Amino acid sequence: MTDMFRKSNPTRRGVLKGGAAMAGAAAFPAPFVHAQEAVTLRYLSTAVNQSPAIAEKASEELGINIEYIAVNTDEVPRRVITQPNSFDLVDSEYFSLPNLVPSGNMKGMDASRIDRIDELASVIAEGTVNGEKVGWDGTAPHEVLYLEGQDATAFASEPTDWITLIPTTYNADTLGIRPDLIDKEISSWASLLDPEFAGKSAILNIPSIGIMDAAMALEARGDIAYGDKGNMTREEIDFTIEKLIEAKRAGQFRAFWSNFQESVNLMASGEVVIQSMWSPAVTAVRTQGIPCVYQPLKEGYRAWASGFGLPQTIDGRKEDAAYEFINWFLSGWAGAHLSKQGYYPAVLETAKGFMEPYEWDYWYEGEPAAEDIYSPDGRLLEEAGAVRDGGSYWERMGAVACWNAVMDENQYMVRKWNEFIAA
Amino acid sequence: MSDAVEAIAEARETRASGRAPRRRARREGHGAAPYLQAAPMALVFLIFFVLPLAATIVVSFWQYTQYSIEPAFTFQNYGDVFYGCLRDLPDLCTTFVTYLSTLKFCLIVWACTLTIGFTVAYFLAFHVHTLKVQVIFFLLCTIPFWTSIVIRMISWIPLLGRNGLVNQTLVGMGVIDTPLEGLLYSDFSVVLALTHLYTLFMVVPIFNSLMRIDRALIEAARDSGASGLQTLTAVIIPLARPGILIGSIFVVTVVMGDFLTIGIMGGQQIASVGKVIQTQMQFLQFPLAAANAVILLAAVLAGVWALLRLVDIRKEL
Repeated sequence: MTDMFRKSNPTRRGVLKGGAAMAGAAAFPAPFVHAQEAVTLRYLSTAVNQSPAIAEKASEELGINIEYIAVNTDEVPRRVITQPNSFDLVDSEYFSLPNLVPSGNMKGMDASRIDRIDELASVIAEGTVNGEKVGWDGTAPHEVLYLEGQDATAFASEPTDWITLIPTTYNADTLGIRPDLIDKEISSWASLLDPEFAGKSAILNIPSIGIMDAAMALEARGDIAYGDKGNMTREEIDFTIEKLIEAKRAGQFRAFWSNFQESVNLMASGEVVIQSMWSPAVTAVRTQGIPCVYQPLKEGYRAWASGFGLPQTIDGRKEDAAYEFINWFLSGWAGAHLSKQGYYPAVLETAKGFMEPYEWDYWYEGEPAAEDIYSPDGRLLEEAGAVRDGGSYWERMGAVACWNAVMDENQYMVRKWNEFIAA
Repeated sequence: MSDAVEAIAEARETRASGRAPRRRARREGHGAAPYLQAAPMALVFLIFFVLPLAATIVVSFWQYTQYSIEPAFTFQNYGDVFYGCLRDLPDLCTTFVTYLSTLKFCLIVWACTLTIGFTVAYFLAFHVHTLKVQVIFFLLCTIPFWTSIVIRMISWIPLLGRNGLVNQTLVGMGVIDTPLEGLLYSDFSVVLALTHLYTLFMVVPIFNSLMRIDRALIEAARDSGASGLQTLTAVIIPLARPGILIGSIFVVTVVMGDFLTIGIMGGQQIASVGKVIQTQMQFLQFPLAAANAVILLAAVLAGVWALLRLVDIRKEL
């Protein structure tokens, strides 16, 4: 991989050499010849998490080359389990951890090497916002954040020095709607199954997430009260799928989608007017000049979080570089960059330092934009005066009801999900 | 006249080839050369087809958890594939419903591609007389393959969607009041996209068969007083059978395993065997997926076998 880079980009290497050599010299007092080569980290994650600007900036500031490996949400855990040698850094959803950790392919991260370990957002580290507990249904990140030891294959119930994933991005999803094509007020997840939107609603075809959407809608409609909707019993799964099949046969759904771009296309083309959406997807529809609202609902949000993990096989300079990159990632520039796309970063304070005050007020404080809001690549997102949907960070994350989940009955759930697709 | 001359020349060749077996028999004595010639293909087949297939069959008997697969010899996976199939009778279980749905698409797409493919091939073979024009038309037939499948699929949306070109035109012309919903994300759109994609697979082998038909035979049919339709059904179609069969095998096998087109054009709401396998792979249920793949393979092989029973392809070629 380094060879490839060397051939394709000799000039940048020249520039980087100085920085890399210094970093290398600091880590290795011995005169290693190859220590002058920039380290390349193969970064495995979904495409939405892979901003070229972040790789460029990291390369500039750290002399570390980031080589993105873009795959689907479902493919990330599959790669970790089946090909643990094929990456150096993985950006994985927390809900995959109950599958990843027992496989023994992940290496616990040493908390003492993460500079800002104590500054991680409390919603991830403790499951609280402003000291208040949020909904913990599903795979809440704080429940799977710590390991008993570096090579442990089970989670620790108390905070330890070994971390599974350091948060990169997280957010709260809710229903996205096309206000121009919907007349009535939307205030509940139940609207997803509202017959008035027959043929115009959509859900995710990623079973772990789609079933949570369905559960939110069914519970909101009063069909069922789940014990823990993120960890359903077989009876609860049967009931949920049965109701979904009913809705599908009645023509409720226009389509199912499985990646970011599909959800944006469905919404932008007007094929779908209501569906659960990621906040940045709503932003993406809006940048096309099409009205789209990220609609806060009374039942709360379905949250997700993604974070950096290390493969068991990493060591030496690569491992050092990975820690260096993660520390840089938490130091603000990357957090600000992601914030301006609508994501939330692990450490809020450092991100704030890299944002203009009016940007911070708009993205985090829920205040009207004092100036026009631009995306990191310079496109106009909102004109001055706009207020972010869902309000401030604390309002949004404080209203989380559940998290994306892998259930104990996952295999059964997938089988039933296939029945739903086939019905 | 020239046709007749050609026919005579061909007949002579056939007679001459009677001597061929003796010549071939002599050549066979010459050791390893033929084996060496066949070796590269055999190796490729062994490494990239036989071995993975064997692995798939072996794994289909293994056990799995959410993060591991373990060697075992269990029929559990096959049991899971047909879960509820006996219990739910007379209702159909998921697997049967899925196969029926896939089979339905196979038949419809087969009928569509055959009709269109035969017509196009007929036109190319009998109405286009110069090779150059034939080549140009062939290139036109490959247009669907010029873009990637993803782009092709996305571009159906502005055409067939609720606010797409077709609907806008129809509404504008006053033919319909409200947009047709069934144009996109429906059985119709799946059949349309598959037909659009795979007609070429019919055109090529049928064209090939048609080009081999001795024109003298058609002349003879006409001379004997056969109508155009009679010539078509009694002479041309029977002689085009090998081409039709080869095209059918292509189309049926490809559609049976398709999940991308059915998935995207069906709005992921229409089940296909391939999609089931894909979902199981995503959730690391490799043995279950392998069992499904083995069953799919058996179903496709049975289909091909049935098709081959209709035509003795070795004799006809």
